[in-house]
Amino acid sequence: MIEFGYARAGSADEAVRLAAGQGAARYLGGGTNLVDLMREEIEAPGFLVDVTALPREICETPDGGLLIGAAVKNTALAEHRLVRERYPALSRAILSGASGQIRNMASVGGNLMQRTRCFYFYDDAARCNKRSPGAGCDAIDGFNRIHAVFGASPACVATHPSDMCVALAALDAVVHIEGAGGKRTVPFEKFHRLPGGRPQVETTLSPGELITAVELPPLTLAAQSTYRKVRDRASYAFALVSIAAALEVRDGKVHDLRLALGGVAHKPWRAWKAEEALRGAPAAEAGFLAAAEAELADAAPLRDNAFKVELARRLIVTTLSGLAQGDAA
Amino acid sequence: MHFIVNGLQHDLLLDTRMSLLDMLRERLALTGTKKGCNQGACGACTVLVEGERINACLALAVQYENRPITTIEGLGDAEELHALQRAFIAHDGFQCGYCTPGQICSAIGMAREAARGVPSAVTTDLVMEEVELSHDELRERMSGNLCRCGAHNGIVEAIQATFVREDAA
Repeated sequence: MIEFGYARAGSADEAVRLAAGQGAARYLGGGTNLVDLMREEIEAPGFLVDVTALPREICETPDGGLLIGAAVKNTALAEHRLVRERYPALSRAILSGASGQIRNMASVGGNLMQRTRCFYFYDDAARCNKRSPGAGCDAIDGFNRIHAVFGASPACVATHPSDMCVALAALDAVVHIEGAGGKRTVPFEKFHRLPGGRPQVETTLSPGELITAVELPPLTLAAQSTYRKVRDRASYAFALVSIAAALEVRDGKVHDLRLALGGVAHKPWRAWKAEEALRGAPAAEAGFLAAAEAELADAAPLRDNAFKVELARRLIVTTLSGLAQGDAA
Repeated sequence: MHFIVNGLQHDLLLDTRMSLLDMLRERLALTGTKKGCNQGACGACTVLVEGERINACLALAVQYENRPITTIEGLGDAEELHALQRAFIAHDGFQCGYCTPGQICSAIGMAREAARGVPSAVTTDLVMEEVELSHDELRERMSGNLCRCGAHNGIVEAIQATFVREDAA
């Protein structure tokens, strides 16, 4: 680990000011990913601005949504009564990720900023465009069973590792951001980037910008939502494929739904095509399968990961069938 | 930097790069907390901060100034073992013992989480009022602590005996 300066911020304004005064500064939350990457010298910031002392509040918004402070710990968000009741997919997604210890350390903002778990990104003997832009990618022709089947580029086939973010993508979350130029909000869908030719740039944050909160809009159908995750072992492993889904059935038809997949792309993958195919259709297995096919038609698997397409198909069908039968959460 | 470990106050001059784990072991000689993988995968370094379990290896010490930290040394000693330590002995919850301090700190933090109603990935009813620490719940909640000797069944029994059954060890 290289030497770095450290300062603790008491407010978002102070954090932004502190970071602006330093060259290669990074914001530090629970550190569960950043400290590990610094130890490997994949990340080498010269200065850390600790933002864990920022407000850790979860408040109801006037319109009936929730505003979640970026410093809120993952455990605190998953256990919050209103999250469990109104957005069960989010609780389930968080609880299916990492371990009890890590969920106690990790913050909401940090969860959004997690970097990929691609083996080649971590292995400094391998070529990686994300770690060393322009170096090449050893994953494309390497062992790529954990890699992307959607939205990859010749430069990068890595996936986003978060579970929480898959639920946030499905639930129409909004990211609140503060920087030297002021405050702004970004729809969750536009927060993370596909790799394109610049896989080292993973979000649409500008340099120095800080995530201050994540907002969940009021979403009635989210009370009928869930999260399922398929992985190599039953607990404490990253997703091979996961799904966050919310479904509202009226008179046997799909009145509305939200669907996002994890483990399949460089960002949480909102399944817009499946949603479109299913809205208004009969809430039955044939329709769920057709919706899955509509989404998966775009999949472009690599040598080792074609199984993810079949897994995603089955997950979409069984998860929606379960929600249609009323086994919410 | 000022630290509070097992009720004692310490003023130390530390490099910002030092992890909480290395600070405990190398500077305070509290070697009960173990270094396993040093990357958050094994749980051997688990300690309690304000009663909550964390991985000390992924924690920069500087982030934990002025916050009460409890290590295995703060839970019990050879004269007076913690109830969970006695249960680990009674139920063969270890062979080599390397993961044990982390298992015990983790289980104590886990029991507190369950007592305040934190659900887990295997909790069927997310809005339940009370967590029932079944075998499956305990295995899920303790999945951040690995035991390479394979004493997991004894570990689950020891935790159940301490925190679940009336006839606690």
